[in-house]
Amino acid sequence: MQPIRLTVNGDKHEVTVDPRDLLVYVIRERIGLTGTNVGCLTGDCGACTVTLDGRTAKSCSVLAVTADGSEIRTIEGLASPAGLDPVQEAFWKENGFQCGYCLPGMLLATRELLDEDPDPAEEDITRTIDGNLCRCTGYTTILRAVRTAARRAQHRDERPERP
Amino acid sequence: MTTTESTDVTAAQGIGTSPVRPDGTMKVRGEFAYSSDLWHEDMLWGATLRSPHPYAHITGIDISAALALPGVYAVLTHTDVPGVNRYGLEHPDQPVLAEDVVRYQGEPVAIVAADHPETARRAVAKIDVGYEVLEPVTDSEAAVAGEGPELHPGGNVVRHVPIRFGEQDVTADVVVTGRYEVGMQDQAFLGPESGLAVPAEDGGVDLFVATQWLHVDQQQIVAALGLPKDKVRLTLGGVGGAFGGREDLSIQVHACLLALHTGKPVKMVYNREESFYGHVHRHPATLYYEHGADRDGRLVYVRARMYLDGGAYASTTGAVSGNAATLGVGPYSVPNVTIDCWGTYSNNPPCGAMRGFGAVQAAFAYESQMDRLARACGLDPVEVRLRNAMSEGTRLPTGQVVDSAAPVDELLTRLRAMPLPADRSGEPDLRHLPGGVSNTTHGEGVVRGVGYAVGIKNICFSEGFDDYSTARVRLEALGGEPAATVQTAACEVGQGLVTILQQIIRTELGVEQVTTLPMDTSIGSAGSSSASRQSYMTGGAVRAAALEVRAALVEHAARILGHDRGDLSVGGGKVVSRTDGVLADLVDVLGDAAFDRTVEWRHRPTESLDPETGQGNAHVQYGFAAHRAVVDVDTELGLLKVVALDCVQDVGKALNPQAVLGQIQGGSAQGLGLAVMEEIQTEGGVIRNPSFTDYLIPTVLDMPPMRIEVLELADPHAPYGLRGVGEPPTISSTPAIVAAIRAATGLALDRVPVRPEHLTGT
Repeated sequence: MQPIRLTVNGDKHEVTVDPRDLLVYVIRERIGLTGTNVGCLTGDCGACTVTLDGRTAKSCSVLAVTADGSEIRTIEGLASPAGLDPVQEAFWKENGFQCGYCLPGMLLATRELLDEDPDPAEEDITRTIDGNLCRCTGYTTILRAVRTAARRAQHRDERPERP
Repeated sequence: MTTTESTDVTAAQGIGTSPVRPDGTMKVRGEFAYSSDLWHEDMLWGATLRSPHPYAHITGIDISAALALPGVYAVLTHTDVPGVNRYGLEHPDQPVLAEDVVRYQGEPVAIVAADHPETARRAVAKIDVGYEVLEPVTDSEAAVAGEGPELHPGGNVVRHVPIRFGEQDVTADVVVTGRYEVGMQDQAFLGPESGLAVPAEDGGVDLFVATQWLHVDQQQIVAALGLPKDKVRLTLGGVGGAFGGREDLSIQVHACLLALHTGKPVKMVYNREESFYGHVHRHPATLYYEHGADRDGRLVYVRARMYLDGGAYASTTGAVSGNAATLGVGPYSVPNVTIDCWGTYSNNPPCGAMRGFGAVQAAFAYESQMDRLARACGLDPVEVRLRNAMSEGTRLPTGQVVDSAAPVDELLTRLRAMPLPADRSGEPDLRHLPGGVSNTTHGEGVVRGVGYAVGIKNICFSEGFDDYSTARVRLEALGGEPAATVQTAACEVGQGLVTILQQIIRTELGVEQVTTLPMDTSIGSAGSSSASRQSYMTGGAVRAAALEVRAALVEHAARILGHDRGDLSVGGGKVVSRTDGVLADLVDVLGDAAFDRTVEWRHRPTESLDPETGQGNAHVQYGFAAHRAVVDVDTELGLLKVVALDCVQDVGKALNPQAVLGQIQGGSAQGLGLAVMEEIQTEGGVIRNPSFTDYLIPTVLDMPPMRIEVLELADPHAPYGLRGVGEPPTISSTPAIVAAIRAATGLALDRVPVRPEHLTGT
């Protein structure tokens, strides 16, 4: 057993883990954040996606010990006290999910894309989503949600800059 | 059955609008509790020992080493099942835990509860089971021929459905025949099976579980536990998709057994591999067809033999066989029909419900046949379908006359009129070719094809099943606002039923604030979230309960206001007189009163099929969709890309237009999966690809843009005229895509999924 430190959604945690423990289970069962889902355990579906030191990662394919000292953001960390992140808002309003199990990957991948490029090309949108499986929607509304979120991000950027 | 009372069609966020999902913010925040998220401080973890063999005698089970492991609280086998060790949706033929024989790879043999999931899995590995391995039975046609060992008493045929309609020995000028195969598809819902069983002080158990049908789970659980019904209470846990795969039991009895045995809450969660063993799949099928027509392509007869492999246990094989047989000629008017459909036992994985059950397998075959007939008659594929299209008034092969809209010709003509994607011209963008960014081709061997298909599905439960749903609606003033509460046991599995039920209440009662209570067994059954039936059935039940509440409210208002009740209506939070306009705020009229009504609602009755002729008014309603696919095929590499997949569907009435589109898009994607990639591959009953690495489902790169047109031709027999939506788009998308591949390549392609080697011949 080994102690590790994780900062999850801004909160610091110190947990003792077995070197074999997968990050997804530490987040879900030790830290108690169950928004990160387990879909396949083989890195194929993306339901376990978190942001690890600023990059999306499939937490079922990460050993918790290797994340020692990392900053992690989960789906629960997307909204702020002021309300939903525009990406969450767009997925909700555009019906970008049905059962919602795929949302951790869909939302965090979209957030990462828009942080890098608020005006992504269509190819970049599909490439962002293509590592995340959705069984309910056929992806049409997911693509629309990403575009809607991007438009909102651009709209926000077009505001006059502060003096 | 249906009411002619007027409804407030202008209600804000009522039916016909697309309000956002009430569970939406919880889901996007990651705060929605899926059944796999359930937690109890004191809980144990359950795990299941499964048979590694498709068919074997059990010669002994030694649990001592597993029990000795520290942290293990219970190791249970069939001898610990207190009630009847058999369950099943149609026939109780499946053991909760295997006795002296296992009939499929993955069959549960023993269960363990331990204080840590890994301890539970280790204990499972320490259970010593002696097997005498037997040669597996895997051939449906041999089962029908009566060959091979009997897997169950009475033989290996679960159900034979004959259809005899019109003349049986008629001949025709043009005859086309074919043999078709459909592979075993998996529902592949994203959230694996899971639940939490909590023992109760009254000696019973409370089970929180992701399922499609709480009350039939309950019925099977109490039989296995030997408990009265009131001792086993179920509450729906958050469901990560279903598509038929949660209609049968998975963890339900096991978790309850462990909880009752240990006196502690027990959580069970399958991983993806176990999920492939832990639920039923779509029946693989072999279908032989002969279509006879005149030289103008008008059908004279259809003859078919269908073999559906139900695997080790019956599950819903009976209903699947009934659907395949009764819908076996497709949405066409055929004067003479001879069909024999068999659902059989084997040592393959058990098969049961999956979106479009039975209709999907038949549609691949009959639509392939219609294309063959078109070629044989020198006709366009759409034209041959139009010449044979059924319509309202058509007598189906069961003898049933279709008594509401059946706009097969309109679906096809609208589909044909939709614009096609632009042809590839000039230097191709390699990213858009089959194989994509791998740049394996520069387009030399790429050819394009267009294919059409149309399908039919029965909506709701058929063949005399007493199909009903129960709903409770309450109206009262809360915090100075009129507020409605709706309670049902109908499972929200992702489809958005929670939104629809609120919309119905808003329309019928004119109140905006609608609360949905948790779905559980404290109210009567709502039936299954399957067969495209919940908007119809639970929507119908909620509407009926709301109308009773409204009638009681109007009576009450008439008394209070001293007004003629025939002149009163309710809408927009007001009590309105037709002659005098707004009389009062609803909240004031309500005062301290509460109106609370529970209604059990049924669709009009259906009949069972005659066992010799397959005749009978077996179905409640029919749903229709048609697809056109455009596919690019690289004939050298065997790669393909679906470029466009367009759909026209009649939904009677779109209660929530956005949700309707979501069903069409998602259903079409599952049909695409069956057409070109999805198959559980078995070898002697052993699953070779139980993972998302090896069982592929469509990604965003596989799904083309879809043009969709939705028709709303009201069914006068259904609530609001609606027609079930969920299944029809899964049925026609598969044959349309394969037709497009055939058009591109000229290959016969009589099996789905189409694999690269089928295209290259290597």
